[in-house]
Amino acid sequence: MCDTCGCGQGKATILKPGEENSKNHGKTTHTHDGETHTHDHSHSHDHSHPRKVKIEQDVLGKNNLLAERNRGFFQAKNILALNLVSSPGSGKTSLLERTIKEKGKELTFFIIEGDQQTMNDANRIAKVGAPVVQVNTGEGCHLDADMVNRAVQRLEVADKAVLMIENVGNLVCPAMFDLGESSRVVIISTTEGEDKPLKYPYMFRSSNLCIINKTDLLPYLDFDVEKAREYALQINPDLKIIELSVKSGEGMDQWYDWLKQEMKD
Amino acid sequence: MHEFSIAVNIVEIATDYAGRENAKVVKEIEIEVGELSGVVVDALEFCMEAAVKDSILEGAETSISFVPGKARCNACSHEFEVHDFLTVCPSCNTPAPEVIEGRELRVKSLLVE
Repeated sequence: MCDTCGCGQGKATILKPGEENSKNHGKTTHTHDGETHTHDHSHSHDHSHPRKVKIEQDVLGKNNLLAERNRGFFQAKNILALNLVSSPGSGKTSLLERTIKEKGKELTFFIIEGDQQTMNDANRIAKVGAPVVQVNTGEGCHLDADMVNRAVQRLEVADKAVLMIENVGNLVCPAMFDLGESSRVVIISTTEGEDKPLKYPYMFRSSNLCIINKTDLLPYLDFDVEKAREYALQINPDLKIIELSVKSGEGMDQWYDWLKQEMKD
Repeated sequence: MHEFSIAVNIVEIATDYAGRENAKVVKEIEIEVGELSGVVVDALEFCMEAAVKDSILEGAETSISFVPGKARCNACSHEFEVHDFLTVCPSCNTPAPEVIEGRELRVKSLLVE
């Protein structure tokens, strides 16, 4: 949607590190074609009667169709595409940085970073040596299948790669938008409330893996891991849960094992 | 606020159909929103007011019908009302029933001239 007038004509910008556009500072550009809106009120008096047109179309149908196109592309190229979702500040980017540093030789990573503004996360990922594009959604609160489609074309993702799509930090809106991912990974951290799964059930219901990050801080916090697990499983009994600390490295092996298993499946 | 994106999608769908029907005016748009669709009806109504500006839907009445949630137990097939994802089967207490109604988010019809 457009960040100038909310007209829905704006497009998300997709940039590689170093491509920052000095003219618009990464903001969505905005043009209207200048057409003036006139109505001629000459009516012919052949009064037409209102008629009902049946539509029955899914509002998210267009996104879902594009998501399936993405999914087919990923399957054909044996790409494992993961949609990483969380609140802001749960440690998604840090998780990616450490994963790329530690497993970058065994696995080929490509990264799509989603944020409203800035190239900050893409620059962080570029520093640890993975190909990355930044999607700036402007006013938008989530990535959609079209943005991912365009980002993937810019990235030229290799066969058998792991494509990590870091969604906009938000546990509400991204739940509704299928990107064509193979799996959805929801991340919560111990500095948040353990009742996150109950507060944001749509996200936990639609995820395949839940990572509980920042376990190194548990001695200093009141976060109840068992409660968090219990709540998450109430919402989604099939959810796999991994506790880890990106900072200390504790539990990272379980995440890597999960990744390798997903690559095989 | 994904309701605005949803509203923009609704306007796109309606504009497309109105064009195919050579409609000059859209009197009413009928939308169906499920209880478990993830969309807040009040927020959608609010966003529709902004999203229809300068489109063929401007001035049309937005009629939103609400579809209550309904689920089927995976263990005993009992069907019952659900309002959230925490409800267990009232008949056998099995958690996480399959939602069979209430996820709808659909443009149902247009009244055009």
